[in-house]
Amino acid sequence: MPMAAAEIEAMIVAAIPDARVEITDLAGDGDHYAARVTSASFAGLSRVKQHQAVYAALGGRMGGVLHALQLTTAAA
Amino acid sequence: MTDDTHARIDAVVKANPVVLFMKGSPLFPQCGFSSRAVAILDHLDVEYEGVDVLQDQGIRQGIKAYSDWPTIPQLYVNGEFVGGSDIMMEMYESGELKQLFEGAGPAAA
Repeated sequence: MPMAAAEIEAMIVAAIPDARVEITDLAGDGDHYAARVTSASFAGLSRVKQHQAVYAALGGRMGGVLHALQLTTAAA
Repeated sequence: MTDDTHARIDAVVKANPVVLFMKGSPLFPQCGFSSRAVAILDHLDVEYEGVDVLQDQGIRQGIKAYSDWPTIPQLYVNGEFVGGSDIMMEMYESGELKQLFEGAGPAAA
């Protein structure tokens, strides 16, 4: 089952409390999203590490029930 | 992932300066994200080894554990994991990817 945007945002914020999360439903089908995540905790981390932190927050759903999430991360 | 799968992935990553694990082939990508990765590499005129994970279930699952990265495509340059298609696009737009490839090649590998 696809994930709702609010559910994605809630999972990210639960793991990265200061995260600012902007989610766009790209296709309007509840299955293809773009997310921009900004957090002070990303400072000094490589892009790969920043993305891994977000994927970890999503607890294994990325690449599974969540097929398409275009991710952009930035340090606050 | 079995040791054998890990060894096979390791061998490909270390034998080629630029490797893209993807769904489909560079000529016929089978997923929008893989297609985007191919377009970026083609635009930068980079020679690379494309590995179609759809042809090999072991590699398809194993590559996710190999770099602790849940999705495909995955780009490796000089044996190092660089990122997926979103990071490739960011690095392409900032010029970092071009710089990275200028340091890649048979001589540098």
